[in-house]
Amino acid sequence: VTVSTRAAAAPSGRAAVAVEALKLSNWLSRALGRGSGTVAGGRVGLALDPGLLATLARGRRVALVSGTNGKTTTTRLLVAALADGRGDAVATNDSGANMPAGHVSAMAGAPGGADAVLEVDEAYLGRLIDETRPRVVVLLNLSRDQLDRISEVRMLVDRWRTAMARLRPAPGSDEHGTVVVANADDPMVVWAAAPAPDVRWVGAGQVWHNDAVGCPACGGGIDFDADGAWACDRCDFARPRRHAWLEGSELVTDGGSRDRVAIDLPGQFNRANASMAAIAAPLMTDAGDPGSAGESLTPATALARMSSVGEVAGRFAATVRRGRPLRLLLAKNPAGWTAVFDLLDETGRSDAAVVLSVNARTADGLDTSWLWDVPFERLGGCSVVATGDRRLDLAVRLRYAEVDHVVVADPLAAVDRAIEISLLPAAGGPGPGNGADGAIDVIGNYTAFAELRKRL
Amino acid sequence: LAIAVVYPDLLGTYGDGGNGIVLARRASWRGIGTDLIQAHSGRPLPDADIYCIGGGEDGPELRAAEALIADGAIGRAVDRGAVVLGVCAGYQLLGRSFPDRAGLPHDGLGLLDVTTDKGTGPRAVGEVVATPTNDAPRLGSGQSLPPLTGFENHGAVTALGPGARTVARVVRGVGNGGGDRTEGAWSGRVFGSYLHGPLLARNTALADLLLGWAMSGPSGGTVPLEPLDDAQESALRAERLASVGDSPRARLFRRWADRV
Repeated sequence: VTVSTRAAAAPSGRAAVAVEALKLSNWLSRALGRGSGTVAGGRVGLALDPGLLATLARGRRVALVSGTNGKTTTTRLLVAALADGRGDAVATNDSGANMPAGHVSAMAGAPGGADAVLEVDEAYLGRLIDETRPRVVVLLNLSRDQLDRISEVRMLVDRWRTAMARLRPAPGSDEHGTVVVANADDPMVVWAAAPAPDVRWVGAGQVWHNDAVGCPACGGGIDFDADGAWACDRCDFARPRRHAWLEGSELVTDGGSRDRVAIDLPGQFNRANASMAAIAAPLMTDAGDPGSAGESLTPATALARMSSVGEVAGRFAATVRRGRPLRLLLAKNPAGWTAVFDLLDETGRSDAAVVLSVNARTADGLDTSWLWDVPFERLGGCSVVATGDRRLDLAVRLRYAEVDHVVVADPLAAVDRAIEISLLPAAGGPGPGNGADGAIDVIGNYTAFAELRKRL
Repeated sequence: LAIAVVYPDLLGTYGDGGNGIVLARRASWRGIGTDLIQAHSGRPLPDADIYCIGGGEDGPELRAAEALIADGAIGRAVDRGAVVLGVCAGYQLLGRSFPDRAGLPHDGLGLLDVTTDKGTGPRAVGEVVATPTNDAPRLGSGQSLPPLTGFENHGAVTALGPGARTVARVVRGVGNGGGDRTEGAWSGRVFGSYLHGPLLARNTALADLLLGWAMSGPSGGTVPLEPLDDAQESALRAERLASVGDSPRARLFRRWADRV
């Protein structure tokens, strides 16, 4: 897949030493069982050569994916659309290490010149844009998450906006520009992306509006109508004209195409992720690109290639424990939990028992106040088993939501408890999807989910 | 009993809407008819017995303060004996003035004699434990409040004027941040604090104190409320207090802090 015009020269001098040290550190880290072996080496590499990110990105077509929710899934779907089954055709940080150490590791481990699709932590997007000179930047959504680290959604939006203003416009003779694929339904994303020279606005939907009610332009109020269109009540800040939008489960473009988003991942938020990736994928290819078999990549082709993705880093994974099917779900913040509750309603939840696991480690955010923004009242009628480091915060929240719950310290024991509860004769008798037959949903926030995934 | 969560669309960033939920449930579990109102901005503030104002970002805080001053309902309600709880940005805007993002001062509601300025140090982010001062409000039983636990996340510093009474002194964390190591302020039935968590979910004695104030009507004082089974809240409090280390050294420090 290496094309001579964009072939990367092998890193030389300092960068070459940094790459070798990076690989050795990652190998050691894996060999010692200290982790997935991407962050440690990345740190070593960046310490030896602070310019390593730019060096490794040179000669590659780079796509960056950022936002509060859906980064990992969208990255995975975009990789599927571009790689088309060719294993190492795309460099990507699929272990979830979404800061520069993870990015250099991902690129150092892939052939020079291979395309790179990188999931980027929201706070690092500006640096990644400056150093990797991406072809495409995908901006999904922005809402409250880890406020102890990022402080305020609006500060983040302003930083994104400043980075967008630095992007270069359309391709020159031998230079490429950057195209931003941005969610037109999220006012925060629109405000951030607006200064970029070339934006494809995608109406991907946004379930969570509570961080976007104050107009970022003038401080006025933003009104949303039933189909997601929005406008400020004071100034002319409004949803931009969309190049593409999700209509139910179809991706419609202003060019008149209409394609079913038939992916294996459940829920409307995953169809939104797939739509963003489907619009982004063609922007990563050049005309007459080898590997795309002579035909240019269309959103339809991209969507077809995504159908191979059945789970993403364990999210939405089905597993079985003691003969019972379990479904593992990740929800990190109020917007994510709301989307997961929508998913339970859409796919039919098991009313018998649900396991909820909440931690508040650094990667989760240290403040658990967000639990009170999550509509746990929607779990009324379920038996909830609360677990995780912060199970007591969760238990108090469930008490005030008047949701039936028990607290079990160990997450695996909590799953077993849920299985036992689901086998008890139900007061109302087992209905469809209930009782002893249905899958038990196990929902965790970031590190709680990771622990469950590892142990189940 | 009408409980209004003030402008959740502007001041709902840090889960402080939970304070309204806690008050409403604790009242209704005692058989008190309760109305929990989400009072969105852009329309007149409804009459209520308790107003809960939460934390938010700088821009929305300014917009909320302007709207509340123009509306005028909170000031009138306080004169009638209504209870007001302000947390973080909601606490700042109850005071005389607070800063915008650039540090320029703006008028607050003036219901608490406190003044907030942009801080110069690092943002205060983390767990807080604060022990009530002698000047803190007393529970209906005459006992003092138990230690306050919560999570703070703010960059500003709040100074108490002579008309504001102290609530607590921080054992862990920053609180008001003015060098006096106080956290929160109160006067009459207006109570301000920097603590999220939410504050009343982690400090149910304070929740019941505010409910008692509201139930006693405009004459003042407080009414005793029947106790609830707070085993889960107590377990959470114990775990949170232990998480910041209630070591002998911390206890010594606290005793010293209470004297100075």
